[in-house]
Amino acid sequence: MHWSLIIYAGIITFVTRFSMIFFLKKDILGDKAKKVLSFVPAAIFPAIIFPPIFLDDTGTVDLESNPKILAAIFAIVVGYFSKNIIATIFAGLISYWFLIFFYF
Amino acid sequence: MKTRLKILSRGIIDVSPLMIPVFPFGIIYGVIGMELGLGSYMTLGASIIMFAGASQIVLLQLFSGGASPLVMLSSVGAVNSRHLLYGAVLSEHLSTLRLTWKIILSYVMVDQAFAVSNTYFKNNRNNKNKHYHLLGAGFTCWTIWQISTIIGIVMGSIIPDELGLSFTISLTFLALLINDFRKFKNIIVMLVSGIIATIGYNIIPFKAYIIVAALAALIVAALLTVTDSEKK
Repeated sequence: MHWSLIIYAGIITFVTRFSMIFFLKKDILGDKAKKVLSFVPAAIFPAIIFPPIFLDDTGTVDLESNPKILAAIFAIVVGYFSKNIIATIFAGLISYWFLIFFYF
Repeated sequence: MKTRLKILSRGIIDVSPLMIPVFPFGIIYGVIGMELGLGSYMTLGASIIMFAGASQIVLLQLFSGGASPLVMLSSVGAVNSRHLLYGAVLSEHLSTLRLTWKIILSYVMVDQAFAVSNTYFKNNRNNKNKHYHLLGAGFTCWTIWQISTIIGIVMGSIIPDELGLSFTISLTFLALLINDFRKFKNIIVMLVSGIIATIGYNIIPFKAYIIVAALAALIVAALLTVTDSEKK
């Protein structure tokens, strides 16, 4: 990693935050555009979440000897019922440790 | 002067409960930055320069996967595109401010600060000092983010690799989606994104799988919104 990369990433981050505040006087995004933009986390985060869970070190899909899938499912169940971010992370992490130490 | 200070502290108080999940997130970021060999200066430097948790972690993950700079930066842009929405929503409240104010407030306009200040702005439309609320909320987030990053950096040099902490990247993002689990359309969008990214990980060149999957999922989201409004 090079510092210049972090600086560019910082500039991009700033521009996405600043541009609309700078150029718009009023809120001009239509309801439809807003609705689609509200899906951005749901559209992007799974692309970050899925590959490290389902793929092994060689990059092939591993569905059998994979404690991460079970731990992720457990985290989803806890998240669904508790609606608590910290509980979700720890449920996944602790069940993952439990699985790798005792079963896998 | 007194009212400004009052509004500033209101912002700090309003955003405080939302800092509880930010704190472990910052620690995780710091730990992973150290685990991937970024070093303490760069790990903290990214927190100060970017001040965007999700983007910082995406940058780290793509870096460790050997992605090209162009892909890393466009992925950061994609993750940040939600800020366009925040800016557009807040613009009517901030349009009369001086440029310096707009720059400062843009820098601290993170998810949590947006959420609480947007509510405050709506309820205090005519207060001409209302932007102090976003200043207070934003810099509270900033302070917590930097402190938790530093704690993560310190812990990262102690925690053994066997604990598989890179798995916490997936878990953290998963936890940020818990409010989407109950909405059917969001589940479809999430599955499209996740499945395309997993299959595309090896097929899509330049490790551009995040952008490709995200764009495909957004198109699906757009189609779902269109069909939704036609029904009405």
